[in-house]
Amino acid sequence: MASSPTPQRMSLVPALEILRDIREDRVVITTMSAARHWPQISHHALDLNYVPSSMGQGTSLAQGIAMASPQQEVIVLNGDGSLLMNLGSLVTICANQVSNITVIVIDNGIYEVTGGQQTAGAMANVDYAAMARAAGFVTVATFEQLTAWQGAATEVLSSPGPRFLLWRVHPRYEDFHLNVPGPIGPRLDRLREALTSC
Amino acid sequence: MIDGAAITTLLKSLKVSHVVWVPDSALGPWEQSFAEAPEITLVRVCREGEAWALAAGLHLGVKHPVVMMQTTGLFESGDALRNVLFDLGIPLFAIIGYRSFLLPDSPDTARRFAEPVLQAWQIPYHVVHDPEELPMLAEHYQYCLENDSPGVTLIAEGRM
Repeated sequence: MASSPTPQRMSLVPALEILRDIREDRVVITTMSAARHWPQISHHALDLNYVPSSMGQGTSLAQGIAMASPQQEVIVLNGDGSLLMNLGSLVTICANQVSNITVIVIDNGIYEVTGGQQTAGAMANVDYAAMARAAGFVTVATFEQLTAWQGAATEVLSSPGPRFLLWRVHPRYEDFHLNVPGPIGPRLDRLREALTSC
Repeated sequence: MIDGAAITTLLKSLKVSHVVWVPDSALGPWEQSFAEAPEITLVRVCREGEAWALAAGLHLGVKHPVVMMQTTGLFESGDALRNVLFDLGIPLFAIIGYRSFLLPDSPDTARRFAEPVLQAWQIPYHVVHDPEELPMLAEHYQYCLENDSPGVTLIAEGRM
């Protein structure tokens, strides 16, 4: 089991609430821990709760949506464990010159939904922001403090893309199970309809 | 060997909008034809699992992608394929290089497991052995489109 949460990291739900308040008409795709909370605080036609997912593929799904509609901004929230499973997706986004995408990585250092095992990234003290920068992301920012995220959120989401935001958050060890919120088909239909009407 | 011009003409006739791929030595020579076709956007991914999810995103955006990879990529990308085709129910079509198919005595395990894996996934597939059989690809694609079914065309290949 990983060590106790570091006190200086921000909590996930308040960070999500800030995002909710400024997201405007951006698609928001949530996976893993973000998918647990986002549907409770946001009910937007351009939301996609990507559960069940293939772990790590949220970034690639988001890229496809972004490429299909270059005028549509797309935000995807992934965990650090998920990102590690699909690191190449950072390169794929930049290689295909996708600028209308924001990848937010929720870095809690653990595989939260399986009970809190430490990720290899945490063990290696990986610098995910540096990886994104090296892959070619134009806007890269790291947030540990909620006030810093709140102060920068609107500007950073409007900065040139592709954008990579690293949120360092408290890990959660209790009530960690991620329930599947019913079949994803209707949620896909809703998103598809919202995309075609934009 | 199927040349790039033939496959590009075919895909254009099927109104395919995107090719999402990791090429192999048989599919790779198609690259220039794809790049020169304004109707088709070529999307290169780093690992084959990305191709399924990325193509799913394109499909949600009402585009018409085709996934391309070698059988080895099919094996690697299994969980992404499972999620996209069977959890999300997005009926993607894939053209997959059938490594070593043309070498019947080959010990290549990529040859041995290709069709059993597709059968296990219950994905309708067929094999195109030569350019004269390309119309079968079009028929299969249309069949899958009309029936909201995923589908695969295996392209017979020699070595890697």
